[in-house]
Amino acid sequence: MYKIVSRKPLNTTVTQMEIEAPLVAKKAKPGQFIILRVDEEGERIPLTVAGTNPEKGTVKIIFQIVGGTTEKLNHKNEGDYLQDFVGPLGVATHTEGIKKVCIVGGGVGCAIAMPVAQEFHRLGAEVTSIIGFRNKDIVILEDEFKACSDKLYVMTDDGSYGRHGNVTVPLKEMLENGETFDEIITIGPLIMMKFVVATAKPYNIPVTVSMNPIMIDGTGMCGGCRLTLTQDGKRVTKFACVDGPDFNGYEVDFDEAMSRNRMYMDFERHAYEEACNLFKEAK
Amino acid sequence: MAIVPKKNPMPTQAPEVRAHNFQEVALGYTAEIAMEEAARCLNCKNQPCVGGCPVNIHIPEFISQVKVGNFEEAYQIINKTSSLPAVCGRVCPQESQCESKCTLGIRFEPVGIGRLERFVADYHNEHATAKPEAPEFNGHKVAIVGSGPSGLTCAGDLAKKGYKVAVFEALHTAGGVLVYGIPEFRLPKKIVAKEVETLKALGVDVDTNVVIGKTLTIDELFDMGYEAVFVGSGAGLPRFMNIPGEALKGVYSANEFLTRSNLMKSYLDNPVTPIMKGGNVAVVGGGNVAMDAARTALRLGAENVYIVYRRSMEELPARKEEVEHAEEEGIDFRLLNNPVEILGYNNPDDPRDPKNGFVTGIKCVKMELGEPDASGRRRPVEVPGSEFVLDVDTVIMAIGTSPNPLIKNTTKGLEVNSHGGIIVNEDGLTSREAVYAGGDAVTGAATVISAMGAGKLAAKSIDEYLSKK
Ligand SMILES: Cc1cc2nc3c(=O)[nH]c(=O)nc-3n(C[C@H](O)[C@H](O)[C@H](O)COP(=O)(O)OP(=O)(O)OC[C@H]3O[C@@H](n4cnc5c(N)ncnc54)[C@H](O)[C@@H]3O)c2cc1C
Ligand SMILES: Cc1cc2nc3c(=O)[nH]c(=O)nc-3n(C[C@H](O)[C@H](O)[C@H](O)COP(=O)(O)OP(=O)(O)OC[C@H]3O[C@@H](n4cnc5c(N)ncnc54)[C@H](O)[C@@H]3O)c2cc1C
Ligand code: SF4
Ligand code: SF4
Ligand code: FES
Repeated sequence: MYKIVSRKPLNTTVTQMEIEAPLVAKKAKPGQFIILRVDEEGERIPLTVAGTNPEKGTVKIIFQIVGGTTEKLNHKNEGDYLQDFVGPLGVATHTEGIKKVCIVGGGVGCAIAMPVAQEFHRLGAEVTSIIGFRNKDIVILEDEFKACSDKLYVMTDDGSYGRHGNVTVPLKEMLENGETFDEIITIGPLIMMKFVVATAKPYNIPVTVSMNPIMIDGTGMCGGCRLTLTQDGKRVTKFACVDGPDFNGYEVDFDEAMSRNRMYMDFERHAYEEACNLFKEAK
Repeated sequence: MAIVPKKNPMPTQAPEVRAHNFQEVALGYTAEIAMEEAARCLNCKNQPCVGGCPVNIHIPEFISQVKVGNFEEAYQIINKTSSLPAVCGRVCPQESQCESKCTLGIRFEPVGIGRLERFVADYHNEHATAKPEAPEFNGHKVAIVGSGPSGLTCAGDLAKKGYKVAVFEALHTAGGVLVYGIPEFRLPKKIVAKEVETLKALGVDVDTNVVIGKTLTIDELFDMGYEAVFVGSGAGLPRFMNIPGEALKGVYSANEFLTRSNLMKSYLDNPVTPIMKGGNVAVVGGGNVAMDAARTALRLGAENVYIVYRRSMEELPARKEEVEHAEEEGIDFRLLNNPVEILGYNNPDDPRDPKNGFVTGIKCVKMELGEPDASGRRRPVEVPGSEFVLDVDTVIMAIGTSPNPLIKNTTKGLEVNSHGGIIVNEDGLTSREAVYAGGDAVTGAATVISAMGAGKLAAKSIDEYLSKK
């Protein structure tokens, strides 16, 4: 069992927790993730390591409430325990040789992007961050990004905070003005990442995307997290949990990934409603 | 005494009943049937059956005890060479092992050795009262990677000798394929859980949620004071066919399908982890894994379940009993068929149509058997122009697995062969000092009993190595 050491809502649908997991805390690197189960019967869900404290033996996670399992997780309090917590899984984000980087995060993807931005900052790279949200009420982690970025753009879809528009707007402007990066790293909804790739393409800047397919084991056993990449004209299958979650954005078949992520849509909607009803009744 | 030509049949749930539940299919012999079956054994001097068992269980000896009703004595005899009789009695491919060598089998049906072994183990589990106790610590610590049959056996043998043993398991439940792969209706999970409890009573630490190569490396295990390591990480990496359409929604690897059902309990009425149920299902492959996936799909409510296999009935590698059970339950065997493409729904007028991207069928080509190949099996060749489509909603790929590269990639100096299997010598020792390996991680997908045998061998080698130290 893994103790919840602290819990802090970041906005109405995003919560941050610190979990006691000393072995994971010692090992995890930016870009890696964990898999947890809330309780005995629970589903296994992957969440990115949003920070670690090796001395305290704790791992920070930031999650958005989107369905049944994240809803149940959100109802756990400081001092409660999680059934399972395993990691660190996946390959850490590649940082070598990158001196100038642009980090593009969308929504809760900003939580996943934050430790990566912090790592580049720590390594002395020049960090430009673009973080985007639907509206003012759900802006998260602005201060954290400010602290680790040389330049920061905060965007909202409806213009209620920061600049109006989506994350590709400032990216496009910069690139058009001759700005260049060793790498663009983008984390967020699949559709956003697809557009970031399209925006960067004319300028031939490498783009790393962080993929979030449905996972079970996270060790390469089930094959459920598979993606198709096009490498040297050939279509190849990769497993996001062991080969990723970071991939070359120019190679990923986004349309297929988007379709696969909707495999259990009906089921998920139903499970979410049930979880919500459960907590309503309990109140 | 006249010879009884046929094995006593195994009492089973009726096919039309069991096709809709996840309870065990075979119900097990009663004491009376077991004693009758034991009486069929000729107690042969040369004991050919023993040579057919990978761990050389003293078969005639234990059967003679069953014959006279001394079931606990029978158990103690089996226990000398096998640590998982309740499991092996259920899942061993007896027809190609012990029973294939039985003298009776030359003219009649062989003795039901597996069924007797299962009876004896179940009897013991039900009646035994003596709790195993942790023996005195001999001062040495050993780490085991993976909690499948190889790891559990190695851990048990070492613990009984006084070693302090820790088993590290990546998943949240111990048991390996026995819990995530083989379904409840063939191997009840409580049997595996009991084996794990017995190990714990012997003082073994079972640490779930630890991925060796990620959470800890093999080198770190040595830094932590473990003096030897056994790697029993299995062959869990699923293979796909690399045909078009394998990324469509509704295409599973057998591992994913079975893990969702077994480990994540998607078969319950109100599961937390989803699985696609109902409709028509095609399972590609002909081994135990394919039979398990097909029969699981049926129990989840599928209307029609097809086994699509490119060779013929004689070449089906699955246990004979499972094939028979599957046929009785109504699984539709489409043999000498090879899939060439999986077809999906695509509405060009509406990209948001929720049905887009789901499987609608599997295109196959008919095969005929040609010349025998290197393995002696007749090679299937395509019949030109014989393509046809089976209408299905789900496709399950059960065409094999290979060893997971995670440990190899994070352990310097650990050599593997071209199939990714860890290379070991006759003692189970790898190319790294004090690192032993066995089971599917070495051989590729094989059997429970061979994995168990490898765990036993490694335990013996580790004991010899550490007693000399
Ligand atoms: C490597 C990786 C890192 C991630 N990091 C974060 C993070 O730091 N913060 C965060 O909020 N979310 C993260 N996610 C997404 C998170 O795992 C899902 O939001 C979560 O599983 C939803 O579960 P649910 O039951 O609450 O919702 P559901 O109703 O089950 O699902 C809602 C959405 O989540 C996806 N999903 C469902 N089950 C899984 C699963 N087992 N694995 C992956 N996706 C699933 C569905 O496709 C759907 O789009 C990450 C995903 C991956 C693969
Ligand atoms: C569906 C199915 C049906 C089968 N039916 C039969 C049958 O009827 N009869 C028969 O004899 N055989 C059968 N087999 C084969 C048999 O189950 C295997 O040969 C046997 O389980 C192999 O045992 P093992 O100990 O080598 O590995 P496994 O049982 O595969 O166990 C390996 C364990 O190691 C864990 N692991 C892997 N990597 C790591 C890591 N890096 N760190 C920590 N833990 C790790 C895995 O999670 C797993 O729990 C079947 C297999 C399947 C999949
Ligand atoms: S362990 Fe398997 S092969 Fe050996 S006697 Fe028992 S059933 Fe036969
Ligand atoms: S070969 Fe058959 S009959 Fe002979 S001892 Fe073995 S089980 Fe009995
Ligand atoms: S999550 Fe199962 S293989 Fe990646």
